[in-house]
Amino acid sequence: MRLKIKGGHVVCPCNGIDRPMDLLVKDGLIAACGEDAAREESADRVIDAAGMHILPGLMDMHVHLREPGEEYKESIETGTLAAARGGFTDIACMPNTKLVNDNPSVTAYILEKARQAAHCRVHPVCAITPGLCGKGLCELGLMASAGAVAASDDGKSVADAGLMRRALEYAATFNLPVLCHCEDLSLCEGGVMHEGRVATAMGLAGIPSASEWLIVERDIALAHITGAKVHICHVSTRQSVEAIRHAKARGIPVTAETAPHYFTLTHRAVAGYNTFAKVNPPLREPADVDAIIEGLADGTLDVIATDHAPHSPTEKAVEFDLAAFGMVGLETAIPLALALAHKKILTLMQLAEKMTKNPRSILNIDSPGIRVGAPADITILDINRKVKVTPKAFASKSKNTPFGGMELTGAVAATIFGGRMVFDAL
Amino acid sequence: MELPGKDLLDMESLSRDHISRILDTAETLREISERPIKKVPILRGKTIVLFFHEPSTRTKTSFDVAAKRLSADTHSLSQSTSSLTKGETLEDTAKTLEAMHPDAIVIRHSCSGAPHQIARLVKSSVINAGDGLHAHPTQALLDLLTVRRRKGRIEGINISIVGDIAHSRVARSDIAAFSKMGATVTICGPRTMIPAGITQLGCSVIHNADKAVEGADVVMMLRIQKERLKSALMASERDYAVHFGLNSRRMRLAADDAIIMHPGPLNRGVEIAPDVADGPNSVILEQVENGVAVRMAVLYMLLGGKPHAPEN
Ligand SMILES: [Zn+2]
Repeated sequence: MRLKIKGGHVVCPCNGIDRPMDLLVKDGLIAACGEDAAREESADRVIDAAGMHILPGLMDMHVHLREPGEEYKESIETGTLAAARGGFTDIACMPNTKLVNDNPSVTAYILEKARQAAHCRVHPVCAITPGLCGKGLCELGLMASAGAVAASDDGKSVADAGLMRRALEYAATFNLPVLCHCEDLSLCEGGVMHEGRVATAMGLAGIPSASEWLIVERDIALAHITGAKVHICHVSTRQSVEAIRHAKARGIPVTAETAPHYFTLTHRAVAGYNTFAKVNPPLREPADVDAIIEGLADGTLDVIATDHAPHSPTEKAVEFDLAAFGMVGLETAIPLALALAHKKILTLMQLAEKMTKNPRSILNIDSPGIRVGAPADITILDINRKVKVTPKAFASKSKNTPFGGMELTGAVAATIFGGRMVFDAL
Repeated sequence: MELPGKDLLDMESLSRDHISRILDTAETLREISERPIKKVPILRGKTIVLFFHEPSTRTKTSFDVAAKRLSADTHSLSQSTSSLTKGETLEDTAKTLEAMHPDAIVIRHSCSGAPHQIARLVKSSVINAGDGLHAHPTQALLDLLTVRRRKGRIEGINISIVGDIAHSRVARSDIAAFSKMGATVTICGPRTMIPAGITQLGCSVIHNADKAVEGADVVMMLRIQKERLKSALMASERDYAVHFGLNSRRMRLAADDAIIMHPGPLNRGVEIAPDVADGPNSVILEQVENGVAVRMAVLYMLLGGKPHAPEN
């Protein structure tokens, strides 16, 4: 299959390309770029990409695939299909499945299932502690050999600072970055939303901002004393952004991600006890949203990841206190992120960095980008296309999004993975 | 004048006018409870389900009495007698409730917002009989009625609410209700019991109980729960009683004709000294009486009656 992509504007942070360029895809690889591609006449399909943007395949480094164990919420098949529809050719999946990814056989199972599904590449993240119990260390060396790209007890923090220090040192031995879910549980007993005026008025127990940034500060301190790489997951508070900015200025090896809901929504989204807006960390205040946007703009926040967290009605169509935390994100990430470009907060190049190059570089995954000889992992964006978020149409098994019905601007037009069109809305 | 919407879920959704009409209607209906035959046929044939997801004999009995005085039929559904168990969605719960074809569902729930969520799923009227830490609108209405009967007005009254505001749905609804009706509301308690941003509901905060009670026309004490010791909201009942409990010395700081209110049940010797609870300024039993009257008014107004004109 020879595929010619004509007239698109290539935005590739890996090779510093930001200009119109034709591409030729052949045998799963990018066979030609620019003039060479333009001259090629014998394509099986020619995509007219005039007015569209061509990015290296996106990567989401924070996804919950729910398999093995909770396939009624999501499976590797449906989750990776949702990723393809969202423009992602690579995703990293968190280990907090019902059957925890805390041993090499689960890692191997995930990789095999993902290979069969073949909608995108899946990079398993393994647990730090067995069963995510916060005690002892997983066999990180064996897990790394089995294909794990990072270690995380995502869903909770490793509460014991001494153990976390050892985990950072041990993981660094095998070149595994540690992804930190920052939350001091003792500060948010029973909390279900951001602590503040909205929680008080609604009679809901609060999760204070400090429960996050206290652990962000702790993990920065641990990165400082160990020299090991620390990556802060789903940043939601102003103070966390400030702490990370300060740490980076001092040369501490810390990177960070945030998710579209943290730069789009505030705690007011839970009005009416909307359980689709119940997420951990919780949606915060307008000042936090502003700080996150600022952190994205100045590079303090390296990555936009979704924290895609599928849940069925059994977990969501219940009392707010009892509802599970989390929202799906793979299929809404691009339109929400593009809002930042439309508002001129990020250039498309900066956006592409945060969704292609940076997550791969943090996880030590090769990112050849758009160049001759590279695997043909390509995402085509139509940044001005009007879309209405329609959860029913999601490939994900779960529909728990607070963005349902919203009119957004910007869409994934096509996703090419290994030279195959895995999603086509051209 | 009807109430806004089919439900009564919180005080925020009622206007000053709505509240006045409910109180006026309650005043009219109150007289029924003093007759030898305490029953009028105005809600005959109406079905009211009392769905109490957490135990509360007092509020449930009050609604039951109110409904029966208006000749409505009531059915009780509690967590233990129903099949509503963990693992069910609220849609399952709503369907089970609707299957009884009720005209109104009175809901007490341990989770904030559950009555709101159920109200969106059912056609019948939902009356919130207390949800989590959020709201207890009929308690606020009966408190308003009690103050209005005693003081002749609510506007301009100084009311101080002392206790665990953070864990009190009564406090939230009373702050909203009294401030909406023009009273000056002061809340008081140790800092552990005052939630972030509470002043937006229309009150000021004082942490010294003497100062909070000083000059108050109404002093409302909230029940202190022993479990709060575990979560370190207070050091001991003794420490609480000394600094925040209402005793006769502290009560003398209030206005001369101040009244004492308490939503019950009382913790004598903790938030309120026995002699004060039983003293001449206490209107705690009147609150109970007024509770039946406002619940009659709310049922009557929601289930299609016209205010002010009950048939005899
Ligand atoms: Zn997390």
